[in-house]
Amino acid sequence: MRDNIISEKDVMQNQTAHPAKIAARNVQVYYGDTHAIKDVNVDIEANTVTAFIGPSGCGKSTFLRCINRMNDTIDVCRVEGDIRIDGEDIYDRKVDPVQLRAKVGMVFQKPNPFPKSIYDNVAYGPRIHGLARNKAELDDIVEKALRRGAIWNEVKDRLHAPGTGLSGGQQQRLCIARAVATEPEVLLMDEPCSALDPIATAQVEELIDELRQSYSVVIVTHSMQQAARVSQKTAFFHLGNLVEFGETDKIFTAPEDPRTESYITGRIG
Amino acid sequence: MTDITPSGASLLVQDARTQKRNRAEARFKMYGLAAIAVGLLMLVILLTTIISRGTGAFQQTYVTLEVPLLEAKLDKKGNRDLADIKKVSTFGYAPLMKAAFEEKVAAAGIETSLKSKQMAALLSKDAAATLRNYVLQDVDVIGQTIEFEFLTNSRVDGYLKGRVSRDSMANDKSINAAQLDLVDALIADGSLRKRFNLDFITGADASDQRPEAAGMGVAMIGSFFMMLVVLALALPIGVAASIYLEEFAPKNWITDIIEVNISNLAAVPSIVFGILGLAVFINYMHLPNSAPLVGGLVLTLMTLPTIIISTRASLKSVPPSIRDAALGVGASKMQSVFHHVLPLAAPGILTGTIIGLAQALGETAPLLLIGMVGFIASNPPDGITSGLMDPNSAMPAQIYEWAKRADPAFYERAWGGIIILLVFLITMNAIAVLLRRRFERRW
Ligand SMILES: Nc1ncnc2c1ncn2[C@@H]1O[C@H](COP(=O)(O)OP(=O)(O)OP(=O)(O)O)[C@@H](O)[C@H]1O
Ligand SMILES: [Mg+2]
Repeated sequence: MRDNIISEKDVMQNQTAHPAKIAARNVQVYYGDTHAIKDVNVDIEANTVTAFIGPSGCGKSTFLRCINRMNDTIDVCRVEGDIRIDGEDIYDRKVDPVQLRAKVGMVFQKPNPFPKSIYDNVAYGPRIHGLARNKAELDDIVEKALRRGAIWNEVKDRLHAPGTGLSGGQQQRLCIARAVATEPEVLLMDEPCSALDPIATAQVEELIDELRQSYSVVIVTHSMQQAARVSQKTAFFHLGNLVEFGETDKIFTAPEDPRTESYITGRIG
Repeated sequence: MTDITPSGASLLVQDARTQKRNRAEARFKMYGLAAIAVGLLMLVILLTTIISRGTGAFQQTYVTLEVPLLEAKLDKKGNRDLADIKKVSTFGYAPLMKAAFEEKVAAAGIETSLKSKQMAALLSKDAAATLRNYVLQDVDVIGQTIEFEFLTNSRVDGYLKGRVSRDSMANDKSINAAQLDLVDALIADGSLRKRFNLDFITGADASDQRPEAAGMGVAMIGSFFMMLVVLALALPIGVAASIYLEEFAPKNWITDIIEVNISNLAAVPSIVFGILGLAVFINYMHLPNSAPLVGGLVLTLMTLPTIIISTRASLKSVPPSIRDAALGVGASKMQSVFHHVLPLAAPGILTGTIIGLAQALGETAPLLLIGMVGFIASNPPDGITSGLMDPNSAMPAQIYEWAKRADPAFYERAWGGIIILLVFLITMNAIAVLLRRRFERRW
């Protein structure tokens, strides 16, 4: 207990020392002629959960995908502006997106386990990044990741059963385990609970809170309650603009912008 | 607010519109059934024709003779020197056969006015060669009397199969009534009979005078080597091209043009590839005529589009979320393709490849142009190089060749060849279907 308190303090100090893990400046995203993200500036802190909320189609996923350059895979997509992680421009020509994605993990909206065994799903990332020197180490990594994904107890007896044979909620937690297995520094989650029942959602939320100890987590969600429960910072997007960004408590109790207020009270969306 | 007035119609009575719709549906089902019935009828006609005409080729008439392998005729010096024995041509064996036939007729107590030469004429022209090969394989049999089953000629065979009758014989100089009497007597004796003929499946083609000795075996080997070339070239090239186009290439007008052209290539008549092969591989690159290598190259050109199209379709059917998942954990593009997408697409790729191969296996037209038809009575090739480079035929070309020849015995063999070809094609397609069933939708 005592240890925990101390480490929390350290965390706070760290935050003041390095204010922004991810710093986005004047980010514009275009899909062909569609201007999907307009001039977004945001600072995402380390060891914090940041929630992106906003009506459907406002660009939450698009912006999230900028952070690990998944948008590179979309031919028509063009990103302008400046996104820095730990002060390094991730769109610099010298940056290899593959290396970046090892550092910035992602969990997708729809659970997408590989059609392989549960073990291989989790072991894949560590394998390709050479994180384990031998089988025993790999086993350890897999177990640790599955434990953090809050799914170890359910699958420990069938690690070699196919990951696609799990229920939707289990699959999503498997995907989270897969994402944390590579020890990323930032974890991006695009509506990770949209396919889950309340119990699984609660588990994932608990998990997110734990992950915050070691990562900075960005989560897109359509649930105000979820945003309020898990996040410390909230960003409200509307029609491609970042309308309001601040402490979650403040956004939900005293929003500055009328659009934020109408959204969280359910008048637009 | 308007009131929704109930129409008052009973659900137990169909109204006019419903009746009309139901009639239209019933009519449509009838059309469908009729179409399927016509299709099935055609298939049944096709198969029964092929089977009824072709099965005869798998049976052949043989006569059993006891041949005294006289040393005086075969090895005058008596020292069993292979080189000397080889000097005795098939003509040298003819007297032995005549004597053996006379002996048989006498032993069976058959009365006949025929001379021994006319008796021996019932044998296939291949018989003496068969005997000679037998002796050359093991010279120590010289001096013994051995029992041997010889092919009869195609007229006798036709007589047993009902193709030749005593009426049709009238204007056939190669057989007469006395000879047929002898055949009947030998049948009664049990020494002349029709049996399964493995040589038709394994043997080489034979010249015009010896249809009874002709077989598909060497043509099958020719086809096999062509398929080997097609597989070795079309599969890697096709799959590599598809992966590049589907996963890596930018989508712009150049790739659009390439795409359109691949579809066009799939529709190009195969004879065009044949003439291209003739011009490029034979006239320009001076590869040997009639070689399975050239045939395989031509068929590769033909099969490539099929493989590319089916490979791209199966790559497309792998859900994009799998790619995202792989990229999301930091796999490179290539890792995501080779570790995740390709294994999922593999069954589809294999199916497409097998179907492409099956198409190529049945293709005849391009082979006409590069000279893979014609009489090629070579023995089976000894090794891969000779299999690829020596002149050979291919199954469909062999069938075409037989169908072209005058003797009705060859015609029968053409149908028989079609059965063999169909067995291969059906097997390949069945494997493709099984693969598809087995691995369908694993995600
Ligand atoms: N691949 C694409 N090609 C073209 N336009 C796209 C593409 N993906 C997204 N868009 C457009 O970009 C805009 C933002 O989309 P985005 O997916 O980021 O919305 P979102 O906020 O995540 O919505 P949701 O809450 O429904 O997931 C939308 O107008 C959408 O139509
Ligand atoms: Mg989204």
